[in-house]
Amino acid sequence: MAESRAISLPDQTQHRVKGGLHSKSRGQQLRTALALLILLAGLALVMGPYLWMVSTSFKTDRQVFVRPPVWIPNPIRWANYPEAWEWGKLGLATMNTLIIAVGSLVGTLLSSSLVAYGFARLRAPGRDIIFSILLATMMLPGVVTMIPVFLIFSKLRWVNTFRPLIVPAYFGSAFNIFLLRQFFLTIPVELEDAAIIDGAGRLRIWATMFIPLSIPALATIAIFSFMHSWNDFMGPLIYLTDVNKYPIALAMSRFLQQYGAEWTLLMAASVTATFPLVVLFFLAQRTFIQGIVTTGLAGR
Amino acid sequence: MVAAASGEAPRKTRHGLSVGAWREALQCYAFISPWVIGFLWLTLYPFFSSLYYSFTDYHVTAPAQWVGLENFRYMFLRDSIFWKSLWNTLYYVGLSVPLRVLFGLLLAVLLNQKIPAMSVFRTLYYLPSITPTVAASIVWLWLLKGDWGLINTALRGIGIKGPAWLADPAWAKPALILMSLWGVGGAMVIYLAGLQGIPRELYEAGEIDGTSALQGFWHITIPMLSPVIFFNLIMNVIGAFQVFTQAYVMTQGGPANATRFYMLRLYEQAFSAFSMGLASAMAWFLFLLMLVFTLIQFKYIGGRVHYEVETRR
Repeated sequence: MAESRAISLPDQTQHRVKGGLHSKSRGQQLRTALALLILLAGLALVMGPYLWMVSTSFKTDRQVFVRPPVWIPNPIRWANYPEAWEWGKLGLATMNTLIIAVGSLVGTLLSSSLVAYGFARLRAPGRDIIFSILLATMMLPGVVTMIPVFLIFSKLRWVNTFRPLIVPAYFGSAFNIFLLRQFFLTIPVELEDAAIIDGAGRLRIWATMFIPLSIPALATIAIFSFMHSWNDFMGPLIYLTDVNKYPIALAMSRFLQQYGAEWTLLMAASVTATFPLVVLFFLAQRTFIQGIVTTGLAGR
Repeated sequence: MVAAASGEAPRKTRHGLSVGAWREALQCYAFISPWVIGFLWLTLYPFFSSLYYSFTDYHVTAPAQWVGLENFRYMFLRDSIFWKSLWNTLYYVGLSVPLRVLFGLLLAVLLNQKIPAMSVFRTLYYLPSITPTVAASIVWLWLLKGDWGLINTALRGIGIKGPAWLADPAWAKPALILMSLWGVGGAMVIYLAGLQGIPRELYEAGEIDGTSALQGFWHITIPMLSPVIFFNLIMNVIGAFQVFTQAYVMTQGGPANATRFYMLRLYEQAFSAFSMGLASAMAWFLFLLMLVFTLIQFKYIGGRVHYEVETRR
């Protein structure tokens, strides 16, 4: 799986070696060897925490504190997983996260693509001014609006419901709108003109032409929106008070507070929270990397 | 840009637009209305009302009371934790952001070499950056345990007595910065894409002129990559100023307030003490601070960014 699915950026990496003129010189070989050495050392530091997490999640309590550290658990204790799931209510938390993630994903795809179509294809007085305001809001840190937005939602009695975490997505996100608009601008106008002459309305053009043509961009947005919901901590922390409504991030934090010394279970919970994203990454790696590169956002 | 949608005769209305253009304008407003409504409701109104709240005493249960500059006076003059949290945050931003840029860049350059199993390396280096923050926090809490954590065990192996990390006020922030470097793979991917966009001819031309690899890096790679680096820097600074989750999960601000970052303090004022006025004042101060930082970066670094002028047709 690794080799064929591993990160491959578009373009001719293989040739991108400085000093292409005398490509097999001794200095060149030395540099490659040195790079390889540094990368291998770095890899130990990067993968160490990962492997340690997985390893600990299968250990018995007794093995956890053995020194020197044991990397391969013996015996393997599978029961850590069901126990972590039960104690931490992780099954319920996963369901809650999925409801929030899918709810806001649908919202952001629908609204962002509608709005992007308006900005990309329809002319109206003031449109460009509105668009530049939209661009400006991308730089606005959420902290300035956080408190009044909380007050708005609490007046609506939405506290302790999923609504504050889902509903805002239905008003489009500036970043996604910008991305989709750029994408829509590359779709030839002639296609659309032909449909209009055939009597198609704007909504139909959006649904039958622009949506299918921009699947790659929509997939990128869907993945990032999903990752955001899966990761979001502060939103649920502010709005959700009932433990049974906690999404995965909050459930994990609560689990830590309650069972702070149960490292095997905590690691099992961490693996559980990480695993779906790793799977998602391997399934949609191209979209992933493309998304990071085009948005310029690297996550944490 | 877009041809007018109508095949209708250009009848002009009073406002100078044809009927077809009016129809198109109305359609446009209808399409963009979700965002416009959301903007007015969840951005513009909250933006100004938090400014208003910052001059009030507001505890949710009773109506907001105008108190003028009292919140700011309290913040600056009487709340000693405010300054501590500001210092913590600046410390975190000042160390974590440059180190992240540096390591991300270094990693990208290394991974841009012709080496065996390159794509495996890239994938593995990238993986930590998709780990959910809370999960990463729990794993690092475990790694950073002073007496028997894996990190100190490894340090002991090479004869170094590691610090107590998160239990030591002097080492708690460096520990969180160390952890933030773990996720540097995300930035690496962006830089890598940037590196691959640099035309090979530039290096070859340099080669003919006899430049060394280091000179090539300094005079070709860095300038060509500077727009990407700059964008990353700006976004990283904004993100680092709002650091919250790690500190909330791992240390709850301790030990001795060493990791009580600005956002953590703000969160406590707003949602534990329910001092919405004071918290709004804190939010606006942070906003202005970030604005100043961003402007400084634009002024002193943005001017050095090399934007390639597109000459090809």
